[in-house]
Amino acid sequence: MEWLTQIWLSTPSWVQISVISLLKIVAILIPLVLAVAYYTFAERKIIGYMQIRIGPNRVGPRGWLQPIADVVKLLFKEALIPTNANRFLFLLAPVITLTPALAAWAVIPFSDHLVLADIDAGLLYILALTSMGVYGVIIAGWASNSKYAFLGAMRSAAQIVAYEIAMGFALVGVLMAAGSLNLREIVLAQEGGLHHWYVWPLLPLFLVYFISGVAETNRAPFDVAEGESEIVAGFHVEYSGMNFALFFLAEYANMLLISTLTVVLFLGGWEPLFHVAPFTWIPPLFWLLGKIVIVAFFFLWFRATFPRYRYDQIMRLGWKVFIPVTLVWIAVIGIFTFYTPFGYWFH
Amino acid sequence: MTFIQFAFYFFAAVLIFAATMVVTIRNPVKAALFLVLAFFSAACVWLTLEAEFLAIVLVLVYVGAVMVLFLFVVMMLNINLERLREGFAEYLPIGGVIAVLMVLELIIVLNAGGFAEEQFPRPEGHAASYSNTKDLGRLLYTFYVYPFELAAIILLVAIVAAITLTLRKRPDTKYINPADQVTVKKEDRLRIVKMPSATSGDRS
Repeated sequence: MEWLTQIWLSTPSWVQISVISLLKIVAILIPLVLAVAYYTFAERKIIGYMQIRIGPNRVGPRGWLQPIADVVKLLFKEALIPTNANRFLFLLAPVITLTPALAAWAVIPFSDHLVLADIDAGLLYILALTSMGVYGVIIAGWASNSKYAFLGAMRSAAQIVAYEIAMGFALVGVLMAAGSLNLREIVLAQEGGLHHWYVWPLLPLFLVYFISGVAETNRAPFDVAEGESEIVAGFHVEYSGMNFALFFLAEYANMLLISTLTVVLFLGGWEPLFHVAPFTWIPPLFWLLGKIVIVAFFFLWFRATFPRYRYDQIMRLGWKVFIPVTLVWIAVIGIFTFYTPFGYWFH
Repeated sequence: MTFIQFAFYFFAAVLIFAATMVVTIRNPVKAALFLVLAFFSAACVWLTLEAEFLAIVLVLVYVGAVMVLFLFVVMMLNINLERLREGFAEYLPIGGVIAVLMVLELIIVLNAGGFAEEQFPRPEGHAASYSNTKDLGRLLYTFYVYPFELAAIILLVAIVAAITLTLRKRPDTKYINPADQVTVKKEDRLRIVKMPSATSGDRS
């Protein structure tokens, strides 16, 4: 034990920093990947119960080993590359989709002092990274040399551009209320119990943000990019094995990311419901995880409830409903803050 | 070499490589993808200058929105490569002359002394808590508020002009106003017709 500390102390400081950062990254990513695996299991079970079925129940006790079996199956499948496809871009596309979905977790504050990179422009960083995920979809669609994949990519590109604007404007509202781009400070600004959360003063922005988040992750009812009934499986129709699994992993990691961001920005992050005895006994991290689970449940609930939107309806909702709503509410926040004595509602 | 120097040279090299590929590669889609890489490397170079707001906005606006639309168009058009390469020899002399002229002009301007190193003192580093975004916002909305608002209005006019130029009503679309669609009633679509049964008399 002693020689270990000796070695550690004798290494240069940049090695120490790198090792510690790497360990922190692993400490975030391993629970995240496990959460993704069991999120797929939860999806199949919950949608099963909603449709009065049982869902997967064969592998392990009550089906609990099903995600592991899925991963093993996908690992052993052959990775096919279609003829005349662009090999390099075809293999790069799943990586481009997955990287932002994982990198965005660097700035998420898990509690007051549990954050990997406490950077000042955290909100902008998240916006920039999530906007890059669309390249994976576009490149996959183009490099597959397939009409279905290409149509899926085109749909996805148009949809994501439309909803990103609404999403960005919703975040501007949060920024105005909190006066900071730092995610940790945004949560601290919501301190003091349920009625201080931004979900109340920013209710329209909260709804726009969450629904746009569902659209950004290409989930039902906005999953026209992979609409099975029209274009088979959309942008990932040509993918198999582990390449397909990476797309899947990215989609679920993005869903968890949107859930986490919704909690951090609008639902008080790690803050307990009320600052009184039984609620404050639960550690902050568990408050955050509990809220994330509740929001993540909505994604599954939506999928089991709503039929898929028609494509022109999606575009109409994005451009003609969400963007005007966010613009109006930003003006309302500004006017109330500077011209009326009721500005404290928003802070 | 410090880490920041290494980062600068690395991203600058990637930037120059990507920018060269944009103009030399044949396939327009790949050229657009290299342009994305160029923007991204430029953003990384800006980060080494502590301009984190500008760097992230560059990624957000150019990589996240502009280039997506650009790729969208380039992919949809399915540009004919043979026709693009037509007349290359014809345009080479005049293009070459312009290129040489521009390089000469750049050399003259850069050597004039206005861009010499002593003109630009090294900016002092800021503490980690310094907010680039806040300072930029304060400056934009106080000192530069008129140029800023003017630029915004010009952009708005450009948007309106672009939309009016391209908007046209096609007579053959089957578009239905969604407001009419949701308020439709049974009576608007369905007509119940009472018909006397032809066989009813024979039964009795």
